[in-house]
Amino acid sequence: MLYEQELKTFVEGTTNFFEVAAQQPASIGSPYLMEGSPSVHEYTGVIKISGKREGVVYFTAPKAMLTVLLMKMQENDFSHETMRDLVGEVANTISGNARRDFGRDFVISVPSVLSGEKPEIPQKPGQRSFIIPINWRSHSAKLVVSLT
Amino acid sequence: MSNDMINGNGKRSYKLMIVDDSNLMRRRIERSQQFEELELVGTAADGVQALELFKRTDPDVVTMDITMPHMDGIECIARLVEMKPAIRILVVSALADKATAVEAMERGANGFLNKPFTDRQLNEAIAELIR
Repeated sequence: MLYEQELKTFVEGTTNFFEVAAQQPASIGSPYLMEGSPSVHEYTGVIKISGKREGVVYFTAPKAMLTVLLMKMQENDFSHETMRDLVGEVANTISGNARRDFGRDFVISVPSVLSGEKPEIPQKPGQRSFIIPINWRSHSAKLVVSLT
Repeated sequence: MSNDMINGNGKRSYKLMIVDDSNLMRRRIERSQQFEELELVGTAADGVQALELFKRTDPDVVTMDITMPHMDGIECIARLVEMKPAIRILVVSALADKATAVEAMERGANGFLNKPFTDRQLNEAIAELIR
């Protein structure tokens, strides 16, 4: 269960990431709730949450968006490994930043990264997820927050 | 700090170690820092690697992530400071709660920079560390 103020924490964290790291703001669509997990893009960075809350936070993005993001970050390595690194780092940054509001008992894991078709997100059956749509330079990604 | 380390321009030089489980972030810090006085002696992907690298290279300045596999940054900071009390450590972490920053400083870190950061913020934080 995610409260409105908590959802705002993740929205602001996402906005801040793109403004600072990508030097270009993203626009955030209307968050919505769904049962289970939404479809994912080519790369997904997953953070397991434990402590005061339990669940997962993940950032899923297409290769095209990650490529441009890397360019904006002055990178010239667009390998599969670097894409995985980036998507994990985005998920890590947004989740870690959430501790500003959630506190240190919002324990985040090191990122795990999923890529390829239909990867399995480690999520409890029946768990609901908040989907935060992200639009950046004509690309779309999602931040998904699924917490008890 | 190693007071007897002088670089080619007559400036004091410091050996830098970058510790972060993200290769991207290690490259970013290496690329973005603008100090002639800093000589990169190595990078590490977790606290265990950092301690091994420390023993081989004896860095003066360290940038340290916190959330890492095998050994996190908090434990690594404590061990580094125990081995070299004069070491200067800048924590560079996504963990934005005050308690973590306080704990890092209590373990011996000298500065804390939250991710995401701009190049300017990184360099200002490093400047505070070495000047």
